[in-house]
Amino acid sequence: MTVPLSWYLVLSAILFVTGVAGVLTRRNAIVVFMCIELMLNAVNLTLVAFSSFLGDGTGQVFVIFVMAVAAAEAAVGLAIVIALFRNKQTVDLDSINILKW
Amino acid sequence: MAVTTAVLMILQRNPVMSAISLIGNFFALAALYLLLRAQFLAVLQIIVYTGAIMVLVVFVIMLLNLGDERGLAERPSLRSSVGTALAAGLLLELVAILFLRTGPGLPPAMHPSSGSQGTVEAVGTAMFGKFLFPFEITSLLLLVAIVGAVILAKKRL
Repeated sequence: MTVPLSWYLVLSAILFVTGVAGVLTRRNAIVVFMCIELMLNAVNLTLVAFSSFLGDGTGQVFVIFVMAVAAAEAAVGLAIVIALFRNKQTVDLDSINILKW
Repeated sequence: MAVTTAVLMILQRNPVMSAISLIGNFFALAALYLLLRAQFLAVLQIIVYTGAIMVLVVFVIMLLNLGDERGLAERPSLRSSVGTALAAGLLLELVAILFLRTGPGLPPAMHPSSGSQGTVEAVGTAMFGKFLFPFEITSLLLLVAIVGAVILAKKRL
């Protein structure tokens, strides 16, 4: 007994949409970062599911690259958050407007 | 399980609780990878995500001493409702694409050779053979990320 592919795709869509909702509604910069990780994971689940249902190992290699990019993104993003926090003493995204002119 | 933890994550007010929910979500995804016979990726998921990335996130939360989000209490603002509506629309769209698609149907069962593709040996052979150049580019990206993170987080920018 195996779980059909469409269930994995629906689960992945739900996870991705949850991440999108978090990015759009939350105001804490760190929580927004975690939501981005959630979206990357949803895409990873799709890649692994297709890779194992189609019998092609390329998807799994691609997931490893996505993980590496996610790690790099998390490191740089958190460094930016720390730098912003030093300047403004807040992680509220609504009050971070130094890019405005 | 994965959905529960994911929804909990964006509903939690406290960022630490949110991070813990996300860790639960990563574990659920690792179990799903095992179900899909991708053993190496399941282990990698736990090591890289829950082991490295989430430790980094929790460390930053503690470093910035963000206890409660009381300072930025979630006002039931226009943006929040618009964001939820947009996300719901996206979900509808994705599910509609899945069920209304044309063309060849989805494969009904897992490919018989998928059991041998999730092993370290298979993934490693593909990565260092066919995908050697992207692999090297990734190492360069990680190097740039290290340097960038160190410079950004320096005392004096």
